[in-house]
Amino acid sequence: MSKDRAEWPLYEVFIRSKSGLSHRHAGSVHAADDQMALDNARDTYTRRMEGVSLWVVRSDRIIASDPTETSAFFEPAEDKIYRHPTFYDVPEGVENL
Amino acid sequence: MYTQGLDQKGQANVSEIESPEQLAAFQARIDAEEKIEAKDWMPAAYRRTLIRQISQHAHSEIIGMQPEGNWLTRAPSLQRKAILLAKVQDEAGHGLYLYSAAETLGVSRDEMVQGLLDGKAKYSSIFNYPTLNWADIGAIGWLVDGAAIMNQIPLCRCSYGPYARAMIRVCKEESFHQRQGFDIMHKLCNGTDDQKAMAQDALNRWWWPSLMMFGPGDADSKHSAQSMAWKIKRFSNDELRQKFVDVTVPQAEFLGLRVPDDALVLDEESGHYRFGEIDWQEFHDVLAGNGPCNAQRMERRRSAHDDNAWVRDAARAYADKQSAKAVA
Ligand SMILES: [Fe+2]
Ligand SMILES: [Fe+2]
Repeated sequence: MSKDRAEWPLYEVFIRSKSGLSHRHAGSVHAADDQMALDNARDTYTRRMEGVSLWVVRSDRIIASDPTETSAFFEPAEDKIYRHPTFYDVPEGVENL
Repeated sequence: MYTQGLDQKGQANVSEIESPEQLAAFQARIDAEEKIEAKDWMPAAYRRTLIRQISQHAHSEIIGMQPEGNWLTRAPSLQRKAILLAKVQDEAGHGLYLYSAAETLGVSRDEMVQGLLDGKAKYSSIFNYPTLNWADIGAIGWLVDGAAIMNQIPLCRCSYGPYARAMIRVCKEESFHQRQGFDIMHKLCNGTDDQKAMAQDALNRWWWPSLMMFGPGDADSKHSAQSMAWKIKRFSNDELRQKFVDVTVPQAEFLGLRVPDDALVLDEESGHYRFGEIDWQEFHDVLAGNGPCNAQRMERRRSAHDDNAWVRDAARAYADKQSAKAVA
């Protein structure tokens, strides 16, 4: 019995649906090793030609921002509205700006 | 779907204090149609409800492979075999998407699978009925996957992000399932008298169990109100069942089949079909483990798990060896 064995690690799966687009998170799979993670990701998430490229990465290797710190973490960007083009008034008559 | 609100004793005994402010802020997010993500704060009961529902749903997809798997080698042509194989493989995929979604809530897949193997976790009542002949495969795709779609489309808007996203993938695939089932029925209904009789017989046996898939009536559904408030559920069991009857009866008429319900009648005023009383005793019996195939399904699932333990062990040993090599 493999009952006592630790569970296979979890991998996050990212798919590029066609060239020209970024990889996008699709879900996750368990696998014993990296190659099996790729094979399982293909079988689980691309049965209908959903992708031309796959990334898998061990879930425990992902560094994520802390959701309880969301406001503090992203706050520095909040008051810098001058970073958006809409902050500026374009004078009447000026074009192509 | 397979989310019949099948109950199981809530085991989580969370001592975390939830303040009224936290609960109110959470409900405000839900009311504003914000999605809740895995690492967000959520009430313990919300987490528990989702773990129960998503894992039951996953188990149902996995057990649901058995009645159809029964016909993989007996499907009447090579093309039908290939189609059925693709469909059954999709159901395995659905199970995996759903286990992944549940895992984001802090429960491991092994724990969930163990719950099923130990007979503590439930799965949908529908998969405890036998597939006696080829027409049953048509009836399952048409009715069972059809009922699943009815239930799953609103789940694509569920408040819990990972579940909603899994359901979007599932729903895309389900419509193939339903159409291949209807196609089987359609072919049989346009075949010989014997073939048409097979289709009718399958409808007779699968109609009522399909209606039971939506779970108990609203008056007896203990989780419904809270799940609706949390926007895990968007429609009540009875509402979904009614929708299913309304869209399916005309399809049966198109096939020239008779829905096995003497009380079935179109209420011209409301545009809804009125239908007869469901045999809730049968529903509860099947859920309690006394359906025609409960024992067989669990026995098969357990032996698949045990017989393939060596594969998991070998894969693990290989991975260990490779990583030891990489370190050396
Ligand atoms: Fe499914
Ligand atoms: Fe399906």
